Amino acid sequence: MTLVVLAVIVLFVLAAVKVMSIYELSAELRGGRNDDVITEKEGKNQAFYWVLFIAGLFAFFIWTFFEYKDKLLPEAASAHGPEIDLLFNVTMATIVFVFFLTHIILVYQAYKNVYRKDRKAVYFAHSNKLEMIWTIIPAIVLTGLIAYGLNVWNDVMYSGSKDAMVIELYSKQFDWTARYGGKDNTLGKTDFRKIVAGNDLGMIEDSKGNDDIITKAEFHIVKGKPVSFKFRSRDVIHSAYMPHFRAQMNCVPGMETSFEFTPTITTAEMRTKLKNKNFNYVLLCNKICGASHFNMQMDIIVETQEEFNKYIAEQKNWMQQQAAATPAAVTASIK
Amino acid sequence: MSAMENTNQDAHVEPIVHASHDLHHSHDDHDDHHHVETFWNKYVFSQDHKMISKQFLITAIFMGVLAMMMSMVFRLQLAWPGQSFPFLEPILGKWAPGGVLNPDFYLALVTIHGTIMVFFVLTGGLSGTFSNLLIPLQVGARDMASGFLNMLSFWFFAASSLVMLSSIFIESGPASGGWTVYPPLSALPQAMPGSGLGMTLWLVSMALFIVSSLLGSLNYIVTVINLRTKGMSMTRLPLTIWAFLVTAILGVLSFPVLFAAALLLIFDRSFGTSFYLSDIYIGGQALEYNGGSPILYEHLFWFLGHPEVYIVLLPALGITSEVIATNARKPIFGYRAMIASILGIAFLSFIVWGHHMFITGMNPFLGSVFVFTTLLVAIPSAVKAFNYITTLWKGNIVYTPAMMFAIGLVSFFITGGVTGIILGDSALDINVHDTYFVVAHFHLVMGSAAIFGMFAGIYHWFPRMYGKMMNKQLGFAHFWLTFAGAYGVFFPMHFLGLAGVPRRYYSNTEFPIFNDLVDINVMVTWFAILAGTAQLIFLFNFFYSIFRGQPAPQNPWRSNTLEWTAPVKHIHGNWPGAIPEVHRWAYDYSKPDKSEDFCPQNVPMTEKEIAEGAH
Repeated sequence: MTLVVLAVIVLFVLAAVKVMSIYELSAELRGGRNDDVITEKEGKNQAFYWVLFIAGLFAFFIWTFFEYKDKLLPEAASAHGPEIDLLFNVTMATIVFVFFLTHIILVYQAYKNVYRKDRKAVYFAHSNKLEMIWTIIPAIVLTGLIAYGLNVWNDVMYSGSKDAMVIELYSKQFDWTARYGGKDNTLGKTDFRKIVAGNDLGMIEDSKGNDDIITKAEFHIVKGKPVSFKFRSRDVIHSAYMPHFRAQMNCVPGMETSFEFTPTITTAEMRTKLKNKNFNYVLLCNKICGASHFNMQMDIIVETQEEFNKYIAEQKNWMQQQAAATPAAVTASIK
Repeated sequence: MSAMENTNQDAHVEPIVHASHDLHHSHDDHDDHHHVETFWNKYVFSQDHKMISKQFLITAIFMGVLAMMMSMVFRLQLAWPGQSFPFLEPILGKWAPGGVLNPDFYLALVTIHGTIMVFFVLTGGLSGTFSNLLIPLQVGARDMASGFLNMLSFWFFAASSLVMLSSIFIESGPASGGWTVYPPLSALPQAMPGSGLGMTLWLVSMALFIVSSLLGSLNYIVTVINLRTKGMSMTRLPLTIWAFLVTAILGVLSFPVLFAAALLLIFDRSFGTSFYLSDIYIGGQALEYNGGSPILYEHLFWFLGHPEVYIVLLPALGITSEVIATNARKPIFGYRAMIASILGIAFLSFIVWGHHMFITGMNPFLGSVFVFTTLLVAIPSAVKAFNYITTLWKGNIVYTPAMMFAIGLVSFFITGGVTGIILGDSALDINVHDTYFVVAHFHLVMGSAAIFGMFAGIYHWFPRMYGKMMNKQLGFAHFWLTFAGAYGVFFPMHFLGLAGVPRRYYSNTEFPIFNDLVDINVMVTWFAILAGTAQLIFLFNFFYSIFRGQPAPQNPWRSNTLEWTAPVKHIHGNWPGAIPEVHRWAYDYSKPDKSEDFCPQNVPMTEKEIAEGAH
């Protein structure tokens, strides 16, 4: 089989070489060698293809835009999200404008100035005025974008509020664990050396940790209530990506990182908006972490305070978990 | 040595070459090459920059084909996840049981594809080929400053390629932590199979590669600075040489930092140090590493990694400047502004690395600083783009295949460049970091653009390298299919990114929110197959033309630069007689009151020109 495939390939190449020599010979017979590397006619054809191609590219651009715009992320579900989205739209509008403008000029010049035997190019080597124009205009536009962008960045990153609910997102190959600070809204201390089956986070004896609530598969947060996320990793770098909330932060072994946002749309509300009753907010891993990197997820449920209170009351805290089901080894290990 | 001695001898000889059309060799051959030419020292351990350049090119083409085929395999998986492609099993064996790609090997393919393309094709291949070919020929030197180091540079490159290739064939598979190989993933064999022997080989290969790159770069710098022919002042250098020079300087300053990063990683992996590792529990046990930080690696890596982007791109831009000016039959617009923008980009490239790390937990204030410096890069880039466009204005454009690729580069440079304004803006980066938006961005601006620069260079200088012409019709077909294919592949990826699809996902099927996006991936894969197939046209044209192409005239593109004053048949020492002396800059195209629309650099100035103060 392999031999047949190889033989076919070899024959194909040989045939192509033969066809090519015949073509080149016939081309020579037809026109003789032309002085021009590229004839006027060939040049005109290519110039025309440039126009055709860019028209096609623009059409493709516009088609993809309308085809996919509804499949992109829905409106931001966090307080800072609309700010980022607006910045994005302003920046995008600017760059799409630049894209169209420069391409139109580029292709117009490419089309208009195609080689003609009877013409000579204009010897125009430099102009300080022009250089100034395209130094200063981009500089002004960028100054605006930088100032605007940094303003948003500062809003997002320095949003620390005192009443934020503390949640730790703990990553490992290949799942997430969430831990609430509990009644005191403070996370208990941990030590990676204390990790054993049943104590996945390496909790150690710490009175602040007794009321911590640990959940898997999904975690709940409250609409309108800021959440201060603390990120940790057990093994390799992961990245906690919550695209609907315009939130992302790496989880780095050996250090704690953080990100804070306030959800603004409950899961139920978003389901109605999207007319999709199965919709869920998700937390994804967005830093390559191994074979199952593509399936390291957790659902995020945004709900009202009442719903949340009911949910959290049903969860066992760390103390209760230990008392109820933990093997003796765990209890021993945290001493 | 003989090359340098001759340069001195030649100083007193008056220039002999007046017009490139009728080059006559009236002088005796000054070049005293008494050595016997054998197969080994001509084709294998050659110290001739022209041969070394071809060696780099052929190696890079081989590596490029391989990396492209890898991308085809993972594109199949992305478009039709989990579907069996029976032809994969005989090729990949246990990595594609039943014709379905294994997730670990998917990551390995992504990693090696990236590594080969960035380092072996676009760094080694691009700089190695064209710096080697053009620096001595365009500055008017007999050869590189050190032919021996130059030869070593290639053989380190070849050894590095071999080690990288060998890693594909080992039991545990090649490195698979992404081309950036962040620890701890890359440091711990427990984390993934690719972090075992495969990663060791990756590091060995990169160490050899860095040696090759440094030997090459030092040689390029010394040659440009010291071996310019009489009259070739820095401001008369073609922009290709400026680009190669600055690229080499970037390489010399940044590759050692990658070497340091790799060395510390080797220490962490093999000797139990904790430069990058701390607080790790993996494979059922807590590891002893304490006090290190993976962020240190990221800083070191991107201190190379960002200049690396320009090490890849600047030579392509240099080639484009030369090709566009020659074929527009016009001086490159804003020669000095072009040099300034090359220098500006090079300088800025050293102070922007943090934009790869906005969301690593780096202090947000530091992030702000990097936003500022990053977005500044757009200014010299805009200058370059507009200068290219203005060069076309009122030109007389000859659409050689090289010219098509050069204009294609300008298009990619703009399209891919503008999205950098989004990624460089930390607030926006939060949501598109590490998504397909990034993949789209860099594949357009440094992948496609640099590859197009390389193609432009190959089509333009093929007559110089092989003494034959490539077929132009096949060149056009290759160009249009590749151009359409590349846009078709990378344009839609922006939308995947804006839908929140992370990169390096084996499949997107595990997330219902991505269900609507399957057809984008199918379309992208078809375009990838189109673009991949189009490369067969190139390969055929390239090899066919080497052996059976039309013989090339001495100066087929009627170009001004010195390489076209050397005879078509390669000789050791480049010029049979004296080295031509330079009297003008490289861009006197269509100068008024000249009968021809070009005027090579070795043509003496007329009295009128001198009176006008031309340079």
